[in-house]
Amino acid sequence: MAKLIELKHLKKYFPTSKGALHAVDDVTFDIEEGTTMGVVGESGCGKSTLGRTIIHLHESTDGQIFYRGKDITQVSKSEMSELRHKMQIIFQDPNSSLNPRMTVEDTIREPMKLSKRFSRAEIDDRVNELMHRVGIDRRMRQAYPHELDGGRRQRVGIARALAMDPEFIVCDEPVSALDVSIQAQILNLLQDLQRDHHLTYMFVTHDMSVVRHLSDNICVMYLGQVVEICEAKEIFRRPLHPYTQVLLSAIPSTDLNDQRERIITKGELSSPINPKPGCRFAARCAYACEKCMQPQQLAEVEPGHHVACCRIHELNQ
Amino acid sequence: MPELNVQAETQERDRHSHHHGHDHHEKAVKRSWKDSNFYGVMQRFAKNKVSVVGLIIIILLVLTAIFAEQIAPYNYRRIDPAHANQLPSAAHWFGTDAQGRDIFSRIVFGARYSLSIGVIASLVGTLLGILFGALAGFFGGWVETVILRICDIIQSIPNILLCICVSQVFGSGFFATAMALSVYSIPGTTRLLRATMMSVREQEFVEAAKAIDCSPMRIMFKHILPNCMAPLIVSFSMAIGMKIMSSAGLSFLGLGIQEPIPEWGAMISAGRRYLRVAPHLVIFPGLFVALVVLSFNLVGDGLRDALDPKLRK
Amino acid sequence: MENANQKSGRLLSVQNLSVQYEANNEVVKAVNGVSFDLNYGEALGLVGETGAGKTTIAKAILRILPDPPAKLTGGKILLDGENLLDVPADKMPEIRGQRISMVFQDPMTALNPVKRVGWQIAEGIRLHEHCSKAEANERAKEILKLVGISEDRFREYPHQFSGGMKQRVVIAIALACNPDLLIADEPTSALDVTIQAQVLEMMGELQKAKNSALILITHDFGVVAKSCDKVGVVYAGEIIEFGTIRQVFEEPKHPYTKGLFEAIPSMSLDVDRLSPIRGLPPDPTNLPSGCKFAPRCKYRTERCRQAVDEHDFGDGHRCRCCMYSEEHGEGGK
Repeated sequence: MAKLIELKHLKKYFPTSKGALHAVDDVTFDIEEGTTMGVVGESGCGKSTLGRTIIHLHESTDGQIFYRGKDITQVSKSEMSELRHKMQIIFQDPNSSLNPRMTVEDTIREPMKLSKRFSRAEIDDRVNELMHRVGIDRRMRQAYPHELDGGRRQRVGIARALAMDPEFIVCDEPVSALDVSIQAQILNLLQDLQRDHHLTYMFVTHDMSVVRHLSDNICVMYLGQVVEICEAKEIFRRPLHPYTQVLLSAIPSTDLNDQRERIITKGELSSPINPKPGCRFAARCAYACEKCMQPQQLAEVEPGHHVACCRIHELNQ
Repeated sequence: MPELNVQAETQERDRHSHHHGHDHHEKAVKRSWKDSNFYGVMQRFAKNKVSVVGLIIIILLVLTAIFAEQIAPYNYRRIDPAHANQLPSAAHWFGTDAQGRDIFSRIVFGARYSLSIGVIASLVGTLLGILFGALAGFFGGWVETVILRICDIIQSIPNILLCICVSQVFGSGFFATAMALSVYSIPGTTRLLRATMMSVREQEFVEAAKAIDCSPMRIMFKHILPNCMAPLIVSFSMAIGMKIMSSAGLSFLGLGIQEPIPEWGAMISAGRRYLRVAPHLVIFPGLFVALVVLSFNLVGDGLRDALDPKLRK
Repeated sequence: MENANQKSGRLLSVQNLSVQYEANNEVVKAVNGVSFDLNYGEALGLVGETGAGKTTIAKAILRILPDPPAKLTGGKILLDGENLLDVPADKMPEIRGQRISMVFQDPMTALNPVKRVGWQIAEGIRLHEHCSKAEANERAKEILKLVGISEDRFREYPHQFSGGMKQRVVIAIALACNPDLLIADEPTSALDVTIQAQVLEMMGELQKAKNSALILITHDFGVVAKSCDKVGVVYAGEIIEFGTIRQVFEEPKHPYTKGLFEAIPSMSLDVDRLSPIRGLPPDPTNLPSGCKFAPRCKYRTERCRQAVDEHDFGDGHRCRCCMYSEEHGEGGK
């Protein structure tokens, strides 16, 4: 399979009054075409910023983003326009991601109207088709967002993202704001769309069970850095990085016979502003030692399983 | 199309919602003009009886202003020294002033000036405020800083002093007064719009618009500004009352519209010398100023509630 | 704490509680005939989706529902046998601080930003126990230690605390007067998983140590599984299934409970597609007659539209569904 997205040392810093906030710090990974890359981590780990930087909603600070082998960090305006059609985003909060003054129809029509790629009649046909595809009844097309429930709003957001036939979609916590029964409907829809349109997803979430269900590969982030990346099932079978282990053990399971040992960490996330070199998890890590104060490298520990921890071999004997 | 699964799910859901037509989300289905946003706002406005009364008073006053010639029993300029400072009577409903002019007729004609000066001054002030606020919100950076600092300067001058300065520059005609009155409301509107824009800009739909390749201009005018209108409309309607008050203040100081134009403020100003002997010279125009201010404030309150999305169904 | 341990038996008994909101000529039936019992030392989880009425139940127990628009239309809330609904309004504050207290969802807004954290904890103690300031401060420091915050942060302000720490402070305030019943409304939903694990662990330990009862309101089945003994599944203002964790999680009886378990992606099993519950929760202003879940139910029959039976499976496991009643016997089994 071809690589659709390649990130090389991607960085995104935000200037703040106290110094640079390292939201995304030296992230390198690939996403293959037609697969789903799950990006997990706690709030403030930079997972949403990463998604937004890839699709150019934020300018990257440093590093490269390759789209089908082409560096897209420096592109002309017309190329950017083309890229925007190829790369889309589905947002977390269906309450704020739709313009409250625009009807369902107008929201879905907007991207096509802007592109001038379609005639008016074509646009109308496509709006109907898109609404059908995401499962919104035609009678709803004149409804305003506040008249819809959360699940339907999210469907409208998905239809808008699909309007220009994208190849790559960043799903930024698309089901976190929804109730369980609705969540399952949306997850199924996303799966169907991926299969039918050969979409590539980057699925950003804090919900491990959702990411396990949908992803082919999973990347775990902590304070702007990738600490572990590997095939999805593998990470649940054999989490190697101490942080991944903590994260997985912290998830309350509905399985009463689950005998996993719970590892409770001390402390909370440290500040991402001007972080010290070295492992960022060290302050909370039970295995931290002198070596952890050195910068960590993401290394392939097992085939296809990359971990950024200098003690990984000692710990997983 | 290989999308049977989705289709099946959709149909299933639709069948289901047909079956149970009471599902409240389905209410938004067939849509006529009655479902438009405007109609909804009007409907909610109509529920607020006090505001409706305010609106009726305003409509009556506007009609009075338009049909002043037909309504007024006398020529508002006709001087009749023999019947000066008369108390209200059947012939002169509101009495006569120091020159023997019919006060009722003068108030009827004065509605033209007072109402139009209120509306024009607020309109100009609000529009300029929107312009500067939008510029500040759109460009940010130094443009924003410059605009906000100018606002600071304007706001640091007392309103009435500012009006006096501006009317010194423009003179004391009708238009000059409107200009003078509009200036001091620009900074308030500018800040109001900028603040609203700041919060609207943070919402994800603006980012979504960027992601679908919306130009900055379109994001501004199609996505951000329409969502900032509610507080502006309210501040506009509130401002009208305030402008009439200030205009009365200016006339009172001898700077605004002057005799013989029967602007209500000017009438109060002229009548103050006879306050002891003929208080009705001040009372009647004063009453009308108060009535207009009250009505516009009531309408403003009603509009604010009607436009509040939280009160929407 | 020794004398606390002696308390046992029934603490709270909610019987047939109904609440409705009345506004703009519309009646929202938020809670419809909810009954459950809770013993000392037990933790009960109330799970359900947004708008199911979980929070309304909690607020009704505390009697902090805004009236209007909320109206208690029936039922009893017995705390140690005393009906809280008969307690005069001016006596309620005493009960609220000392016997029942509540932790709200958002720790960011639950604390007063201009008061020191220690002061906020001590305030409740001073008000309810009528003790001296020094004594209250001493107690507050103890509680702060209990929730895992070091004493030297006593004089700090809320903004100096992180989200998880703030929630600990909120819990400390709620526990300050040793309440018999703690109601926690989504206490960890605003927190990250690793922090959630810390807070839940701490809450569970304290609750067991003090032998108090806990009502945990959440939408997360995992949280319930980890920290509760009993669970009530709330749907459209009714408890549609009630039982011990083991009963409900291992043998869910109600089609809605079953559906929810199928809709949650599993952490251990691989499924290709999730099975969502079709449709949407009913409009609370216009609830269907009979079984509230019937319109979305796979097993519905004509009977479900008229009536709903509560079936008892023994050992306190009960479920509101016609499927298990006599004349319907073979229907869904």
